[in-house]
Amino acid sequence: MSETPVKIVVDLSKPKGQRESIIELTQAEIDEREVMATEAEAQRLVDEQAKADAEELRQSGLDKLIALGLTEAEALALVGA
Amino acid sequence: MTMTLVETITVGSGGAASIEFTGIAGDARDLVLLLSLRNSVDSPSATLSFNTGGTYSRVRLLGNGSAASSDSASVDLQSNTSVSTANTFSNSSLCVSNYASSAAKSYSVDSVNENNATLANQAIIAGSWTGTAAITSLEVTPTSGNFVEHSTASLYIIS
Repeated sequence: MSETPVKIVVDLSKPKGQRESIIELTQAEIDEREVMATEAEAQRLVDEQAKADAEELRQSGLDKLIALGLTEAEALALVGA
Repeated sequence: MTMTLVETITVGSGGAASIEFTGIAGDARDLVLLLSLRNSVDSPSATLSFNTGGTYSRVRLLGNGSAASSDSASVDLQSNTSVSTANTFSNSSLCVSNYASSAAKSYSVDSVNENNATLANQAIIAGSWTGTAAITSLEVTPTSGNFVEHSTASLYIIS
């Protein structure tokens, strides 16, 4: 495997057989990719936490409804299964 | 209506940091891109970019094998990863209607992981790109890592 990452570019304006180029990324592109990967991972963690928080709130609400006397089926009907 | 294969990119043994179609002619109605992807690292997503510039917005319905959710995703595509079942690849399709119009472009994505386990994402995305120029290039980039050998991207036009 090449040490430097490459991108595959197919230029459709060229005749078939001459379209594909394999181009090494520039250092600026490599740096940009690393920034994007870091940002994406941070966003993924934020999204996962948001989903976990939402599920925790949902379960908390469900528990309180059941504590008020609703059956679990009734509570689920209100908050969504 | 005629659907025509324009070109297929197959990633070779060295892997690829991205795959890109350039020089897309503006003489058809719609673009369809079919993708079979696997990342070299444990990162299950990839992004699309049209031309350069513009901004993207997305609404995603996502299932992961045990729960369903919806969000405004920051990525477009599911990709198999280094921890997915060996030798499996994701399946995705992208449709861009009126890709040569002078208005913002809407697109849709249908994307799934292939994995012999409970965790396997399935996503449907309604997306929008603010660019008003005809789409002449289309790039697919993994969120991190590289696309591994045998990953493919096939571009079709619908006339």
